Amino acid sequence: MSRPAGNCPNCGAPVEFQFSSAVQTTCPYCHSILVRQDVDLKKVGEVADLPPEISPIQLLTEGIYKNKSFRAVGRIIYQYELGYWNEWHCVTQQGESLWLSDAMAEYAVSALVKPTKPLPDPGNAYRGARIEWNAATFEITSVNRARYLGVEGELPFEYWDKSEMVFADLRNNSAQFGTIDYSESPPLLFIGEFVSFDSLGLRNIREFEGW
Amino acid sequence: MSTQPRPMPKVRSLACPNCGGTVEVRGLGRTLTVVCIQCLSVLDATTPSLQVIQQFRAKERFRPLIPLGVRGKLNGILYEVIGMQVRQMTADGVAYHWSEYVLFNPYRGFRYLTEYNGHWNVVSILQALPQAATRGIRPAALYMGATYRRFQGYQAATIYVMGEFPWRVQVGESVQCDDFIAPPRMLSREQTSDETVWSLGEYTPGAVIWQSFGLKGKPPIPAGVFANQPSPAGGQIGAAWKRFLVWLAVLIFIQFTAMLFHAGKTAFSQRYSFTQQTAGTHENSFVTDVFELSGRISDVEVKVNTDLDNNWAYFNLALINADTADAYDFSRQVSYYHGRDSDGTWTEGGSKASAVLPSIPAGRYYLRIEPEMDTAAARSTANSMRYQIQVIRDVTTWSFFFIGVVLLLIPPIWKTVRGGSFEQKRWAESDYSGGG
Repeated sequence: MSRPAGNCPNCGAPVEFQFSSAVQTTCPYCHSILVRQDVDLKKVGEVADLPPEISPIQLLTEGIYKNKSFRAVGRIIYQYELGYWNEWHCVTQQGESLWLSDAMAEYAVSALVKPTKPLPDPGNAYRGARIEWNAATFEITSVNRARYLGVEGELPFEYWDKSEMVFADLRNNSAQFGTIDYSESPPLLFIGEFVSFDSLGLRNIREFEGW
Repeated sequence: MSTQPRPMPKVRSLACPNCGGTVEVRGLGRTLTVVCIQCLSVLDATTPSLQVIQQFRAKERFRPLIPLGVRGKLNGILYEVIGMQVRQMTADGVAYHWSEYVLFNPYRGFRYLTEYNGHWNVVSILQALPQAATRGIRPAALYMGATYRRFQGYQAATIYVMGEFPWRVQVGESVQCDDFIAPPRMLSREQTSDETVWSLGEYTPGAVIWQSFGLKGKPPIPAGVFANQPSPAGGQIGAAWKRFLVWLAVLIFIQFTAMLFHAGKTAFSQRYSFTQQTAGTHENSFVTDVFELSGRISDVEVKVNTDLDNNWAYFNLALINADTADAYDFSRQVSYYHGRDSDGTWTEGGSKASAVLPSIPAGRYYLRIEPEMDTAAARSTANSMRYQIQVIRDVTTWSFFFIGVVLLLIPPIWKTVRGGSFEQKRWAESDYSGGG
């Protein structure tokens, strides 16, 4: 698989994409946020220093989910009223996009899916509301306004210009997990499941001194 | 083998913006709030300056049973104790407080330990939602195939904090809690206006906690019965009843085998009729023909079968060895009455009687029989009867069987009663204590 590459319009450093459908990335040298426009890269902003939130996952961490190996290529850090969480953008060997979320070391893997029934609009997304997708029924367990605190690496969407986003968290009786992302219209639905840290067989993780 | 010194945990030391004292942060970026224990300030750990969120007062400075910074392994995962809060609830005007410890592993996240009166629970936050259910008329919760019965609901207020927390803790804050139990596990639901959090606690003996965290001395002795404390009778009640059924089956097998091997041969059978003479001097006794009792020493059953009807008779009997004149004296009364009154028909007694003589050696025997009926009765026709005497050699006795059953019943009944009193103590602390 040939990887698309280019040069950072800001510092000229070579920028390589791990994920062929990535729309946005960050320059590893000058931390410019770069957006792909056809074959060119355009600087749209700069990454602020990442907050003190620490995830054991880092760019290029590898793991296995449902017998498919994946690699972390990007992340978004969100801040909301009750804390922060990380959405690690991972790409499988087959080129699919997965999201590995790390919310206070509670891990879940999900992927963008097509809603099978219309999703409630933000005004009707309240705690306790039922959401159906395929054969599964979910309950909205929280609705949060999140602020986008930082990004790094490659992302399948342009996330750099969003300020406040509404997310609805979905859960059910069997440890499945979902999120409705109201930052787009129509909203995006992500469905997946909670996973244990040890089940992912992660390699190239961050080391913590003394642990 | 070379042993490497274990690296010390990386602790960030910061200065409290309020009093200048040292505040240690162990939570490696997961900590949202940290407490300055010198001046009792809750600080925002996400701001570089550790902004003061709250200063609180405490009636009492609680000391954690497990010091902050201590590490221990639970279910094979290493955790460090990084925080502790004391929470309080009020029931019937009495305040109860307990401790909750925050355990942290930078890869595997958070666990919690709760301690009340020496009772410990290892708690993890649930990701799947338990389902609401009912058990009988009480609410229950279903989780992973198990039914948890609702135990109690209460407001839990935080009254003291120290160390670090992965949420924005504040003293004085309270949440609505509901506990559901399936010992040794307990499901707890904590509700605030923002979120509902379910957690699963597993009752863990203090000694296990002490060993896991390498603590000195002995854990406090638990007082009373805790909500999800496993009953000492626990699985033993069911096991005791299962054992009882197994032994009962063995006993039944032995009894039926014995019945197969005991021939139950009729050695003698004869019909007689008897009429009571009104003059009391008449000698009623007579002897039977000689009959043979064969085989090893065993039981002999003598059956008396009469045609008595609203009447009674008394039999003085003796089994006598024709060769040695050894006699086994016994007697039986037979009375059979029936009739009809305002309650309907009634019967009393029966027209048959039987006697089992144990351990009779083989030999030639005869019976001496002396029937007796009411002499005072003036009725001419009634004071006579016909009856049959049967002698059966080698019968199966049931007395040992029933004694065996009673003895076998003792352990399961004892365990059931003891388990019941434990359950009574457990539920006395719940919302369902009945008497209140």
